[in-house]
Amino acid sequence: MSNIDKATVAKIARLARIKIADDKLEPLAGELNNILGWVEQLDEVNTDDIQPMSSVVDVKLRWRDDKVTDGDKQESVLKNAPRGEYGFFAVPKVIE
Amino acid sequence: MSDLTKLSIAEARDLLKKGELSARELAEAHVAAVHAAESLNAYIAKTPEMALEMADKADARIKAGGQKGMTGIPVGIKDLFATKGVHTQACSHILDGFKPEYESTVSQKLWDDGAVMLGKLNMDEFAMGSSNETSYYGPVKNPWRAKGSNNDFVPGGSSGGSVASVAGYCAMGATASDTGGSIRQPAAFTGTFGIKPTYGRCSRYGMVAFASSLDQAGTITRDVRDGAIMLESISGFDTKDSTSVDIPVPNFEAALTGDIRGMKIGIPKEYHLDGMPAEIEALWQQGIEWMKAAGAEIVNISLPHTKYALPTYYIVAPAEASSNLARYDGVRYGLRELVEGGGLADMYEATRAAGFGDEVKRRIMIGTYVLSAGYYDAYYLKAQKVRQLISNDFKEAFGKVDAILTPTAPSAAFAFGEKSDDPIAMYLNDVFTVPASLAGIPGSSVPAGLDANGLPLGLQILGKAWDEETVFKVSGVLEEAAAFKAKPEEWWR
Amino acid sequence: MSKFLIQGATGDFEVVIGLEVHAQVISNAKLFSGAATEFGAEPNAQVSLVDAAMPGMLPTINAECIRQAVRTGLALGAEINKFSVFDRKNYFYADLPQGYQISQFKHPIVGEGTITLDLGDGRSKDVGIERIHLEQDAGKSMHDQHPQYTYVDLNRSGVALMEIVSKPDMTSPEEAGAYLTKLRTILRYIGSCDGNMEQGSMRADVNVSVRRAGEPLGTRCEIKNVNSIRFVRQAIEYEAQRQVDIIEAGGKIDQETRLFDPGKGETRSMRSKEEAHDYRYFPDPDLLPIEFDEAFIDAARDSLPELPDEKKARFIEDLGLPDYNASVLVAEKESCDYFEDLIAALVKKTGKDAKAVGAKASNWVTGDLFGALNKAGKSVTESPVSAEQGADLLALIEDGTISGRIAKDVFEIMFDTSKDAGVIVEEKGLRQVSDTGEIEQIIDEVIAANPAQLEQYRAGKDKLIGFFVGQVMKATGGKANPGMVNKLLKPKLDG
Ligand SMILES: [Mg+2]
Ligand SMILES: [Zn+2]
Repeated sequence: MSNIDKATVAKIARLARIKIADDKLEPLAGELNNILGWVEQLDEVNTDDIQPMSSVVDVKLRWRDDKVTDGDKQESVLKNAPRGEYGFFAVPKVIE
Repeated sequence: MSDLTKLSIAEARDLLKKGELSARELAEAHVAAVHAAESLNAYIAKTPEMALEMADKADARIKAGGQKGMTGIPVGIKDLFATKGVHTQACSHILDGFKPEYESTVSQKLWDDGAVMLGKLNMDEFAMGSSNETSYYGPVKNPWRAKGSNNDFVPGGSSGGSVASVAGYCAMGATASDTGGSIRQPAAFTGTFGIKPTYGRCSRYGMVAFASSLDQAGTITRDVRDGAIMLESISGFDTKDSTSVDIPVPNFEAALTGDIRGMKIGIPKEYHLDGMPAEIEALWQQGIEWMKAAGAEIVNISLPHTKYALPTYYIVAPAEASSNLARYDGVRYGLRELVEGGGLADMYEATRAAGFGDEVKRRIMIGTYVLSAGYYDAYYLKAQKVRQLISNDFKEAFGKVDAILTPTAPSAAFAFGEKSDDPIAMYLNDVFTVPASLAGIPGSSVPAGLDANGLPLGLQILGKAWDEETVFKVSGVLEEAAAFKAKPEEWWR
Repeated sequence: MSKFLIQGATGDFEVVIGLEVHAQVISNAKLFSGAATEFGAEPNAQVSLVDAAMPGMLPTINAECIRQAVRTGLALGAEINKFSVFDRKNYFYADLPQGYQISQFKHPIVGEGTITLDLGDGRSKDVGIERIHLEQDAGKSMHDQHPQYTYVDLNRSGVALMEIVSKPDMTSPEEAGAYLTKLRTILRYIGSCDGNMEQGSMRADVNVSVRRAGEPLGTRCEIKNVNSIRFVRQAIEYEAQRQVDIIEAGGKIDQETRLFDPGKGETRSMRSKEEAHDYRYFPDPDLLPIEFDEAFIDAARDSLPELPDEKKARFIEDLGLPDYNASVLVAEKESCDYFEDLIAALVKKTGKDAKAVGAKASNWVTGDLFGALNKAGKSVTESPVSAEQGADLLALIEDGTISGRIAKDVFEIMFDTSKDAGVIVEEKGLRQVSDTGEIEQIIDEVIAANPAQLEQYRAGKDKLIGFFVGQVMKATGGKANPGMVNKLLKPKLDG
């Protein structure tokens, strides 16, 4: 069922925001097709009426109290930033 | 005292208690061992000053009567656990220079108990790999070599640094993480004991995420008792992780009674693989005999969806990873690659292209694809349904048995490069470990024998959710029966 | 009612409008972290390591945000889902630190409901609510601070939003405006959102399409993040006309995201190269489904105040308010609070039934008080005349101490000085004259001073009674009780 071509690889790479050189698209398509072809053996399994696994642990989501317990640590937040200015993260301008 | 690095955690603990050993001495011996073991490439960041400082604190604590199981015990921390102010990069280039302003719950628990940090341990990049060959910091070497050979072998992965440091006597124990077998498979490859507890037993807070619904912290030690001591230390409820479960942590060490009489041990027929080395099949048989001899009852069981576990895993894990790894974008931390004249989108693409290795990219691409419009139902939803079936298989089996015995991996350690060109061949290494990861149940790998080349082999014990005690109990009996006394030659020292 | 139609050269077009409103939940802490939600802090000061998506950080949910979403659903008469799921919506943007937004896609916390719009003159219309889901807000990107860099502030990152999605039930800019007004009123009543559109606590994505009467729905465009009701109306008007123009010129509407430029009053396409959106939704594996029981819903319901529609009905029914006054009052919770405090005080002071004083009191609040507040640019909560003081004033009219005419003067002084009505009346000697002897004496003086008018009156010019009343009032400085003047004057004029 899967037949990933160069254009599809380029599209996925764009969605994933990973630059992939043109000459790498074809080989990558091959690799991905191999892997997807292999995982497609799942098609053999009858999953009618089976609910998808939604949580590994059999517990309910715990709720936190509405209290301010965090924040006020601008320095920590920015400590590892490649570029921080005036308390902001700085990134190259968004070009549309 | 002879070589302090050869002590077990339990032995060191008892000596520390009696005052016959100081944490300082123990730490110094290990700091030296860490430096001497450079050629293993197990540590990617060393923290000798911290180690000695923590050791002194441990000594004071012991003197004050506050000793815990891990007090004064030198350990290594897998690089995906955040350690405040210390290298934490999941061995990825994309996290270059990252030093977190926070501590993971797992490591914090160790420090709270007085353990001593030796440094950060090498691993496959973002824990994606089964041979530690995907690390940005280069591969880890297995301390074990084949008889009469100087060739290097992989230590397994992704916790390659964890197992090599423990097998190579440069840590008494190490934290590790298991998403599809990353604790158990490398433990089997290095003759160490690895335990992955039930999903939700250890907090994931501060642990760099690979696949959230599968990631679970655990430990590598040289024997089962040490595993019980160390796992107890890192286990427990944490409000900071919504999937952490609020149930008490048992005294795992107390479970090591050596008595499994009347216990039912399941042998799943689906784990007999075509083409599996005869010696692994034989070791498994031997394990069955040991169980019988210890008074357990052997029950043949079926886990019918076993063969679908790997394909299921290779949809679910990459899907979650593709999303979990979206935060590595060059904005807030880590690597940033700029493109001349480019904007934000160019920065993203360049940063992620330069920062991620091939295997990580491959998995992000697969994960992005299986979640994308038009494919979600066919891949991701389908996989989560099959995952439910796999989980049901275990539930049904555990209606009949107390524990399950299988080989840990379908082969012994292999040579570098042997499987790295063929992703699927590499993935197949996790064939016996992945099903338990998908079901979230606890599992261990116990060193049980050597192959014809003299490389270690492991047997895997699986238990019911939250029943690590039985896993430890059976592991202990197996360990005793196997009497695995082989040691690697210390060529790296 | 006249239908909103756009007259094209080739016929009339209808407009179909649906709104997605992002309403910031009132809570102390963020949806998935313990950082504060307050507006206007230093950049990145209200950011936890979770909000900044540091490696290994995990979300934990704020109970209050769940409760507020459920209360909002109940206030809109909507179906509450006891099981809902958080999904990840994956996309890259500088102010989206995780690379995904945690939202609800397949299983939202609130299902279908209804809002009844007040369209004036007692007309109303029901607009369907499709769903409400909880999600995280993103941070803020500032593009104009530096020539090469965009600055990112994550203070809003992770703040809880309710996305309230309407059905495409609205057919005019006015209806869209009325919908937002009503929604805002309800949210403010129940305290789940402060409705402050200038600060961005309420933003609307407006879906607009046009069609010829009777035809199926046309292709819609989504106008993103419009932040005032007036702009929503303008954006719809512009966008509908734009679409009609394209269709009439033989063109096709592209489904796209657009932006409203308030300066130009225009909408424009948001992305030059419209990128294929593929959000790759899947359930967030860091979170379990939200589950709660009936008791939780009941408790949320019990915490709801009287809602505007109920209140309006009660004002009309029990207090005898005119429909218009009731509508004006219920539009703002603070107005209602003022009015209800005033009525309570007034009933206590006069011993009269609420229904007997309700209509008059509502005239005074919506007329005199709101007029003065408006002129002074003050809100009702800033009124210099408290509800208690207003009741004092009205009670003085009720018991005949002052006339309605004098009351207006007294109110003016009260508004300027915040003094009590009684004090002003005493100080200025404004007490109404109701003493029969005193009034009779003045009447006699007035009649004596105007013999010519008296003669004309007695010759049959009845209307001149008004002249005499006026003279009497003038002589008393307006303080004479007008009823008594009328009663006593006629027999004397008639002789
Ligand atoms: Mg929207
Ligand atoms: Zn939204």
